[in-house]
Amino acid sequence: MIWLVVGALVAVAAVVLVSLPFLLDHGESDELETPTPRAETRLALIEERDRSLAALKELEFDHQTGKIDDADYRALVGPLRRAAASSLQALDALDAQD
Amino acid sequence: MADLGRAALVVSFGLALYACVAGTLAAVGRQRRLADSARNALIACFGSTLVASIVLAIALVRHDFTFVYVANHTSRDLSAVYSLTAFWGGEEGSLLLWLLVLTGYGALAVALNRRLLRDLIVWVVPVIGGVATFFAFMLFAVASPFATETRQLDGAGLVPSLQNPYMVAHPPMLYLGYVGLTIPFAFAAGAMLSGQTDERWIVATRRWTLVAWMFLGFGQILGSHWAYVEVGWGGYYAWDPVENAALMPWLAATAFLHSVMIQERKGMLKVWNMVLVAFAFELSLFGTFLTRSGVVQSIHSFSRSSIGGWFLGMVVASTAFAVALILWRLPLLKARTKLESPISREAAFLYNNLLFVALTLTIFWGEIFPILTQLFQGISRTIGRPYFDFFLRVFGLPLLLLMGIGPLVAWRRSSVRGLLRTLAWPAAAAVVTGVALTAVGHGTSRPGLIAYTFSAFVFATIVVEVVRGTRVTGSLFTLVSRNRRRYGGYIVHASVVLLAVGIAASSTAGANVFRTLKPGQSTRVDGYTVTYHGTKSIPSVTESGTTVEHRAFLSFTGRATGSMTTSQIDSSTLGPSREVGIYSNWRDGGTDLYTINSAQNGQTITLQILVKPLVNLIWIAGYVFVFGSLVALWPDAREQRRLVSRLAFARA
Repeated sequence: MIWLVVGALVAVAAVVLVSLPFLLDHGESDELETPTPRAETRLALIEERDRSLAALKELEFDHQTGKIDDADYRALVGPLRRAAASSLQALDALDAQD
Repeated sequence: MADLGRAALVVSFGLALYACVAGTLAAVGRQRRLADSARNALIACFGSTLVASIVLAIALVRHDFTFVYVANHTSRDLSAVYSLTAFWGGEEGSLLLWLLVLTGYGALAVALNRRLLRDLIVWVVPVIGGVATFFAFMLFAVASPFATETRQLDGAGLVPSLQNPYMVAHPPMLYLGYVGLTIPFAFAAGAMLSGQTDERWIVATRRWTLVAWMFLGFGQILGSHWAYVEVGWGGYYAWDPVENAALMPWLAATAFLHSVMIQERKGMLKVWNMVLVAFAFELSLFGTFLTRSGVVQSIHSFSRSSIGGWFLGMVVASTAFAVALILWRLPLLKARTKLESPISREAAFLYNNLLFVALTLTIFWGEIFPILTQLFQGISRTIGRPYFDFFLRVFGLPLLLLMGIGPLVAWRRSSVRGLLRTLAWPAAAAVVTGVALTAVGHGTSRPGLIAYTFSAFVFATIVVEVVRGTRVTGSLFTLVSRNRRRYGGYIVHASVVLLAVGIAASSTAGANVFRTLKPGQSTRVDGYTVTYHGTKSIPSVTESGTTVEHRAFLSFTGRATGSMTTSQIDSSTLGPSREVGIYSNWRDGGTDLYTINSAQNGQTITLQILVKPLVNLIWIAGYVFVFGSLVALWPDAREQRRLVSRLAFARA
């Protein structure tokens, strides 16, 4: 019998925890925040920028270690810099629209 | 006390169902409070499952034989530690452990990512809740560990072979791995359901995948070591369905961990990554179906039960769910970039992925073939070891080679000239190794020689990478700190080299002979002289039955000097079993002298004697693997800050 009571207490504790968001209302809106199309575009551009910058950083390191020779480095660094610049320009353009 | 366990499981089921249903309604209706409530239900579900687990653990340690589960898996003479390991020694306890780990992982993953991935989490909660609902339902309606009966004087006991330190750790490790694969699946599904298929779900789940992968990998090594020291057949991997059930999701997760890097660097392979995550998760469920349903033969005694059909239903339903999601979100998952060159890091990862998936599917085919022949021909045709060994060589050796080439190839594209230049040192090391081994007579096994040569190549690659990197950064610590993921990965590669060498040496060289000896007789095997001194029969009586151990005493000289025993054990309740004798010769590179009391006829004994060169490298590889995984998955505060600022900037 005692164990059933303990079981009931576990159930009550669970119900309280599940109900907390309804009981502790701080006056926030009940609507979940939905990312705007603009935020999604920005996020995609930021990811693209970060990807290009990370690739540049890695290329520099691989060049320094000698894994990539000068000729390969020159062939690779240009497109990566252009990709980073392009995403930065696109981000600026998006901000300019606002 | 069983009432408390049952009540806690009913509460767990209710909470998991609530998390699934209320979570879905909240995500569809965009209701914040309901979403938070569903998230809390998942966290509370962990709490109630923990209560149920504590009840079972107490019952096991106290030998409370009113619990059918305790009576079936423990006995009074079992120590507290092994009584506790009976938690996962049977089906009902295993399911409870599964639910405990799942809700624990789920609660932690949801709590840690609730701010950064709020828009995804609202969908992650119902997915984890759905999986937890299945397991909670199984536990309270199909296979409850809290069924009771009239108290018995003693229990049936735990199979002697399971009373081994490796069995204390091996099953929980596997469960931490199997169940851990639910988390990346849930986040992938959450990303698709929410339409937020950006990089965040990948970053959030990468460590979860690594954790699950590490536990699954290390769990398999521990299981192999257990089989080696306890099962008594001289090997460590038998391509048994239970072993393959753990290997398949591990291989799929390994492919994912590599391909995910292509998505991070190039924004490619989004569909492929979703498929791999779902594949790894489904394989973890399918493995359970395979080994629990009794549709295939397995050396594992717990393989037949009534839950197989339920698991098959779950596999079918969750596969249909995953396929439908991927097809629905295909337009969002299209890559914006293409593979620029077949000689590039991403191409190497792609080849590696194809080989991993091919190996996984080959093993999968080997597992379902007996089921299909039973279904269509009425006869179960089992695929044997040669099939699996053949495909391990066909796909495994090129994978080993790629492991050496991949790190040396640049992202985007490499020129042939540049690649040949970077490959020069590792290739030279490989050629020298191959020639030297052939010269000293280790070239008789072609697959073995290829494995050694490729291993030397990979090892040389790692050394070259680390030396060059350290020269640039000034210290090894700085080098590893700058890119823990890359250098942690190299440590894991080094562990694979140890594994490959250990497997190749122990399976292609050494000795495996049977000798019938009388007391005082000796025999020579591969540089050892083994002498048999006689057998002592040791009877013991417990409340659960009688046991007689026939312990044979041996000594050996030659490559090393020492003594060992090997036993045959006849138990009236648990049947026959063996204890093998092992001497690890560390001066000989970790070579084992391994003896099995194969047959005992009075004082005459038939001994199986094996010499297993370098076999201990396999177990060492397990610890190196864990170390490398920990280095790779260690939290990176800079990355976390970058993600937070990226999201804040996007929403600004």
